[in-house]
Amino acid sequence: MKYATQRVALPFFALALALFALQVTFGILAATVYVLPEFLVDYVPFHIMRMSHTNLLIVWLLIGFMGCTYYLLPEEAESEIHSPMIAYVQLAIFAVAGAGALVSYQFGIHEGREFLEQPLWSKILITVSFLMFLYNSSRTLLVGRKTAINSVLMLGLWLAAIFWLFAFYNPGNLGLDKLYWWWIVHIWVEGVWELIMASLLAYLLIKLTGVDREIIEKWLYVIIGLALFSGLLGTGHHYYWIGAPAYWQPIGSIFSTLEVAPFFAMVMFAFYMFWKGRRNHPNKSAMLWTLGSAAVAFFGAGVWGFMHTLSFVNYYTHGTQVTAAHGHLAFYGAYVMMVLAVITYAMPQLRGRQPYNQILNMWSFWVMTSAMCFMTFTLTFAGVVQTHLQRVMGINYMEVQQQLELFYYMRLGAGVFVAIAAVMFLVAIFGPAREELPEGMALTAR
Amino acid sequence: MIEGLSRSAARNIFFGGSAFFFLVFAGLTAHSHYYIVNVSTNQEGLTPSVIAGKHVWEKHSCINCHSLHGEGAYFAPEIGNVWTRYGGEENPDGARASLKGWIRAQPLGVPGRRQMPYFDLSEEELDNLIDFFRWADAMDTQGWPPNKAG
Ligand code: HEM
Ligand code: HEM
Ligand SMILES: [Fe+2]
Repeated sequence: MKYATQRVALPFFALALALFALQVTFGILAATVYVLPEFLVDYVPFHIMRMSHTNLLIVWLLIGFMGCTYYLLPEEAESEIHSPMIAYVQLAIFAVAGAGALVSYQFGIHEGREFLEQPLWSKILITVSFLMFLYNSSRTLLVGRKTAINSVLMLGLWLAAIFWLFAFYNPGNLGLDKLYWWWIVHIWVEGVWELIMASLLAYLLIKLTGVDREIIEKWLYVIIGLALFSGLLGTGHHYYWIGAPAYWQPIGSIFSTLEVAPFFAMVMFAFYMFWKGRRNHPNKSAMLWTLGSAAVAFFGAGVWGFMHTLSFVNYYTHGTQVTAAHGHLAFYGAYVMMVLAVITYAMPQLRGRQPYNQILNMWSFWVMTSAMCFMTFTLTFAGVVQTHLQRVMGINYMEVQQQLELFYYMRLGAGVFVAIAAVMFLVAIFGPAREELPEGMALTAR
Repeated sequence: MIEGLSRSAARNIFFGGSAFFFLVFAGLTAHSHYYIVNVSTNQEGLTPSVIAGKHVWEKHSCINCHSLHGEGAYFAPEIGNVWTRYGGEENPDGARASLKGWIRAQPLGVPGRRQMPYFDLSEEELDNLIDFFRWADAMDTQGWPPNKAG
């Protein structure tokens, strides 16, 4: 660790991972209700579990992004963080907003739009905290060196904050509500968050492979160009059936198909740099998460996204388990794995030692990734059967669901393995550090 | 392709192109806004009761079990066409009464069946909700869903 203030990242990572563990727990509870409908009905109904699950996901990813930013910014900008104090205060505010919302959900206090259930006071605190974060990090960038990596990262974060403001606009006309709701939800994950993902990927590749900055940064601009050129109009794939004009069917189909391109470019980029790289970095597990993230994002977002994005396919699959399958693998590959990659890379420096517990960390990678893939496959099968029975044959929803029980059992099983892998990850990161290096790497590490 | 391109050229293309696509997207959204208000939804029919119904829907976060025009959760049936499914077109009073009765009867407590919780709703709130369902069902959704099952 070259800069003392990079330490600021540590509590962000710790809190993010704790909330990740909670997110997975709520996921398992919700998946249990799918197979045992009476489970906890009188205590925590399904809708509360579900909003806890999805909100925890968003909150921990945002905290993770902030931690990643505080970690890489001093190195990239060659300057200490403007104010560590602001960082800690801002984290505390965010934690209160997130935890407060989570607790209030358990008492039935929430708003009512998907993913935006936070009560108004929580939304305001989130905004305040995020603005403090942006102030702090932008001040750091302004006095320091401006690289493509830190500029693109900051651009992504600022844009995420700007589009978040639509969360405060809830028109009474349901069509308008949906029109602008997607300005947050879609523009985040298929637009500005991709800027964040791509810059984190570029940062890790420079560090881990030692490839020239000039080459990496050029790729970075190409990738984010592909992301926004396709992703903005690609929002049209959510405007097919909500009361918007019919022209979104061709526009949304074409541009959202092009959204596969940035994810394809990222996976090509990652593997190309990996082969080209001269540096044999000892942190093999960070390299594994980095490559894994690019690859799984390509499958989850690119392949699974394309599968149901053409309007004439989406007409049948819209709002079925196919959507749930895609949502899981895309979020996991693009954002969960990328944050875990940065954490895996940064923790040895933050704890002041050589890469440690790598074998356990890699086990966690393989178990978690396989389990998330399995969950995606089983939900995809459920979704295809559901689409056929309900959308093609016209059989009633509840009857169709009874046919899908086996898939829901398998999803629950996969979830248990995700939880086991998450515990392995936590132990590998925060547990006692043993310098176990992969076979044959021991020499290059020193 | 990438060899012939310099970093600053790549950056300029990114900024120029993104600004262009953002403007196109914003313009089409503005038109869609206009279209939703004037063409595909019944703006005059958007009564205080329909809006109140939307708030009841949100207050109880129905969206975290049900889907509405295909968006939301996948745990419980589609609501966007529930009015049609209950025969609201042919017999509005009958559909209203059955929907209210259904919501009041929850939880059914059938063993092994997914349960909808009990919500403490007044007569007025129930009417608001049904007005909202009816209004949403009448939106022009380009022919979605494919059939009554939703
Ligand atoms: C990392 C990037 C992505 C993430 C995190 C993501 C996540 C999600 C999530 C969570 C939903 C469900 C939203 C809801 O609750 O209604 C969704 C829907 C959808 N996504 Fe993605 N997605 C990504 C990229 C893509 C891409 C690249 C495509 C197309 C190639 C795509 C196509 C779709 C479509 C068509 C839907 C609507 C499904 C429906 O009609 O029910 N996604 N996505
Ligand atoms: C133990 C593992 C997990 C289990 C058992 C699980 C289970 C569930 C369940 C039951 C739902 C509700 C689906 C419905 O409405 O019918 C859900 C929604 C969701 N989960 Fe998970 N989940 C797990 C892990 C994750 C992870 C790691 C992520 C992020 C990568 C994630 C992201 C989401 C998202 C985005 C939704 C909303 C999907 C949509 O609206 O389409 N989950 N999950
Ligand atoms: Fe999208």
